[in-house]
Amino acid sequence: MSKYSRRLLRGLGLVCVLALGATACGSDGDSSDQKRVDAADIRAALKEGGTVTVWAWEPTLKQVAADFEKKYPKVDIKLVNAGTNNDQYKALQNAISAKKGVPDVAQIEYYALGQYALTKSVTDLTAYGADKLAGSYSPGPWHAVRSGDGVYGLPMDSGPMALFYNKKVFDRYEIAVPTTWDEYVEAARKLHKANPKAYITSDVGDAGLTTSLLWQAGSRPYKVDGTTVGIDFTDAGAKKYAETWQKLIDEKLVSPVVGWSDDWYKGLGDGSIATLPIGAWMPANFASGVKNAAGDWRVAPLPQWTKGQSVSAENGGSSLALPALGKNKELAYAFVEYANSGAGVRTRVENGAFPATTKDLNAASFQDTAFPYFGGQKANKIFAESAKNVPADWTYLPYQVYANSIFNDTVGKAYVSDKKLADGLDAWREASAKYGSEQGFTVEK
Amino acid sequence: MTTSSATDAPRPTTAPRPIARPRPRAPRRPHTPGRPRRSVLLTVLTGVVLLYSLVPLLWLVISATKTQQGLARSFGLWFDGDFALWDNITETFTYQDGVFGRWLLNTLLYVVVGAGGATLLAVLGGYALAKFDFPGKRAVFAVVIGAVAVPTTALAVPTFLMFSKLGLTDTPWAIIVPSLISPFGLYLMWVFATEAIPAELMEAARIDGASELRTFFQVALPLLAPGTVTVLLFTTVATWNNYFLPLIMLKDPDWYPLTLGLDAWNKQAATAGGEAVFNLVVTGSLLTIVPLIAAFLLLQKYWQSGLAAGSVKE
Repeated sequence: MSKYSRRLLRGLGLVCVLALGATACGSDGDSSDQKRVDAADIRAALKEGGTVTVWAWEPTLKQVAADFEKKYPKVDIKLVNAGTNNDQYKALQNAISAKKGVPDVAQIEYYALGQYALTKSVTDLTAYGADKLAGSYSPGPWHAVRSGDGVYGLPMDSGPMALFYNKKVFDRYEIAVPTTWDEYVEAARKLHKANPKAYITSDVGDAGLTTSLLWQAGSRPYKVDGTTVGIDFTDAGAKKYAETWQKLIDEKLVSPVVGWSDDWYKGLGDGSIATLPIGAWMPANFASGVKNAAGDWRVAPLPQWTKGQSVSAENGGSSLALPALGKNKELAYAFVEYANSGAGVRTRVENGAFPATTKDLNAASFQDTAFPYFGGQKANKIFAESAKNVPADWTYLPYQVYANSIFNDTVGKAYVSDKKLADGLDAWREASAKYGSEQGFTVEK
Repeated sequence: MTTSSATDAPRPTTAPRPIARPRPRAPRRPHTPGRPRRSVLLTVLTGVVLLYSLVPLLWLVISATKTQQGLARSFGLWFDGDFALWDNITETFTYQDGVFGRWLLNTLLYVVVGAGGATLLAVLGGYALAKFDFPGKRAVFAVVIGAVAVPTTALAVPTFLMFSKLGLTDTPWAIIVPSLISPFGLYLMWVFATEAIPAELMEAARIDGASELRTFFQVALPLLAPGTVTVLLFTTVATWNNYFLPLIMLKDPDWYPLTLGLDAWNKQAATAGGEAVFNLVVTGSLLTIVPLIAAFLLLQKYWQSGLAAGSVKE
């Protein structure tokens, strides 16, 4: 598009807004996927005002929404907590099927975004210029919001992994902080022997943790090309993961406490769960949920599969996307850009969120933040380093939400019976492949 | 039943009476309600059941006095060092701009309109079914009995789809309208009205020239009071505890009842960056059951006499 015609379009858009009001401007509902929307359109929409309904559970968005409303007084951001992850996806799917009550903006985790992108349930944001933001995000999250040539959401946060460990417990039993997963198993043995009530970590089978560790181990189980998918848990990385984790399960070195329950918080507090390999968003949860262990915990780089390497992976993290059936697209995009790329990022970081934007990750003020909870440690340095070390070529299934929902019926059995982890992964592959075929995907053998 | 026996008593009984009632032998005392026979086994069993039902309540009361840290570090059935009950209550009502108060009012709205309406409908319907003959009465009976057997949870999804078509989801109506129907309440009122209102009394009212409406309001309704209270209690508890229906109907936290709100607070702990507020969830739960306990204590005597209706043939 030439400069001239773009200016003409911009002018037309403005006239249209002035004359008829934004909503009267014909084509913005139907074929807006293809239509380019530029800064002027968005400015005009902001001036016009309106309501944007946002379904998100991310707590720092509250302040961001308030700031946004202050900056653009005519815009009303209606922040709705429609449930956390799976609950919200169900509600969103229902609303999309019913074509009723679809929010204008929805928080969608990276692992789930693919299926919305594939079914075109969310708007391709390249029309809004989102593709120009490529350089401003760290590679893991940016890769996660892309599908083909499209950008289907803006990264809101990221979860580069690190090892959170209870220093008090490690000091008491004189255990060295593990740098490899083999040392991790050693540490688990030593700890459990010294105190039979203490475990290196708690795990009853968590799809998010497993896929993250596979990611770090170099395994790429999912291959997705349009509607063709391949699933394979037999590569070297997957083998390494299954063998190592099998030891922890066989020797009963992981606590059978369900993650995120009150028992789990209790275990993190009293030292019976000694480490957590988890995403960099965890400090906020430590500060609010495990207050009584303040000062005991520290952060270390994630243990490696091969000694001397520094490979990491993402664990969790979510984006804000624009459901295709949502209204007020320009306003919705303006809010998403504000929250995830503009001034909102700072607000969110100040309230404890972990950013996906490289500028904020590298900022001195961010890296030099001392965490009183972690004994004054500058933990963000470790997280930011980890974010750089995430291989960007990981892909989830286009129906990962479903696949994760059957994780406990397949892989989970390895935790409670004689079944081996590798067999569990194979059962997971089989069940996922079967579902894929039923849904019309071409599943490669 | 006190009311019906009062009207029965003066009438001379003409039915053949047993010649001699078997009298208990003198040394043994009869098992009158005032002096029940003591049984060790029964006492122990009752004690166990009592303990079983009181321990969770005790845990709740004790836990509501603890801070978030206190919950994690102390034994469940005894107090922690800090006594934080008042702080917890204040924080419960002020946390997130006092949304708990809003949830409480929502719940009250659903209970007053939903359970109150359900009781009204059950009383009207039960009375009509018990005291009037009309074609199709047996069919109604079959439908009501059938409806008692269908759990409301199973109807929640079809109801959701229907309400979605009507555009009523995410509004208070989505909770109130389904709450208005209580098949069990209707059945209870039906049985109760059959027993509690003597046909003779209605006839007398009619002969005295009272209209049907007046007969209902001035003669039948007072007699139905114990049953009405019973049904009111049942529907109140059902609406107060309703979780699944609001869960699928409502998205807007401003319309949540307490059950959903507390669940949302509980789930906060499982969110990246979310705040764990187990102490507020516990305190909120305690505050949530207080009105129910109060309702039970206040309405207890009606409720008990209501349950016993029709159990003794006079």
